[in-house]
Amino acid sequence: MTDSLIPLIFGMAAVTYVPRLMPFLLLNRLRIPYRVNAFLKAIPVAAIGALIVPGVLTATPELPAAALAGMGFTLVCGLFRGGIIIPVLGAVGVAWLVLAFFG
Amino acid sequence: MTLASEPPGMMKMEIRHAVRAGIPIFIGYFPAAVAFGILAKGCGTSLVEAFLFSAVVFAGASQFIALNLLMTGMGPAGIILTTLLVNFRHFLMSAYLSTRLRNLARKTYFLLAFGVTDEVFSVLSFHDKSLTPRFVFFLELSAWSGWVSGTVCGFVLGGFLPDILTQSMGVALYALLLAILLPALKTSRQTVFLAVMSAGLNTLLIRLDLLPAGWTIIVCILVVALVGAFLIPEKKEMLSD
Repeated sequence: MTDSLIPLIFGMAAVTYVPRLMPFLLLNRLRIPYRVNAFLKAIPVAAIGALIVPGVLTATPELPAAALAGMGFTLVCGLFRGGIIIPVLGAVGVAWLVLAFFG
Repeated sequence: MTLASEPPGMMKMEIRHAVRAGIPIFIGYFPAAVAFGILAKGCGTSLVEAFLFSAVVFAGASQFIALNLLMTGMGPAGIILTTLLVNFRHFLMSAYLSTRLRNLARKTYFLLAFGVTDEVFSVLSFHDKSLTPRFVFFLELSAWSGWVSGTVCGFVLGGFLPDILTQSMGVALYALLLAILLPALKTSRQTVFLAVMSAGLNTLLIRLDLLPAGWTIIVCILVVALVGAFLIPEKKEMLSD
């Protein structure tokens, strides 16, 4: 590559940053109607399902079962024990074990 | 960001909580960023360029896509437009976060908006205490440092992480999202319904392959949140501040 990529990088940064910023500037002092607020409040749940599936199936591309086993650990551990760090580290450990033995 | 009335030790504790909440994001971002650094070097970028990609764009998927497009010879305008499309989902995430971070100084929004990634948004969404600018900032900083340090390590050290470790650490991001959602899934059938609907719709949309990258999630958010907004509200105010 001969051309500097720096103008491209800052262009990408701008079109990434502006959509991240605008809602804060537009909405923060506005009185938000009840239904709109209900919509906004439902965004996290609506987003997280789609962020997990189907991406998780390709997290360990050679052996999807490894990622699924890790998620199984998170599910069980998170349901019965709660917390974030142990369910996450455990998922990494389980995925590693499955990859080590069956990969 | 110190408040005059704040009891001593509050600030430190809040920072510690934010960094702790950021650890799973760091673990997930680091190996992905190493892969980005390696790929960037392979594409012929300089160390400074690879660093800047991660430090100022700070949006994983779009950075990988940009490298691919560069290799195909696409010009900057096309790559920037693609980046806009891929990252536009953060508009909706910021719209949600703005309901939890109201009436702050404008300059605070300019700072905090930079770090709104999928995972930062997810962690903040289900943080059960009210969000303070300091908590948000240090969570974002933890995530950002994982992404930037991983990029530099990948560029400089190459494939120093064993493949098996990279792959298993990659599961961390998905496990994080699930762990965040679980308390709500446990207490609310409506949440289970909406989350499954969103996962199913996204799988379907990706299979159909009609939308550009990043837009299947936008459609999922719009459709599922709209359904959520019209369901009978449950008594538990789990997402309110």
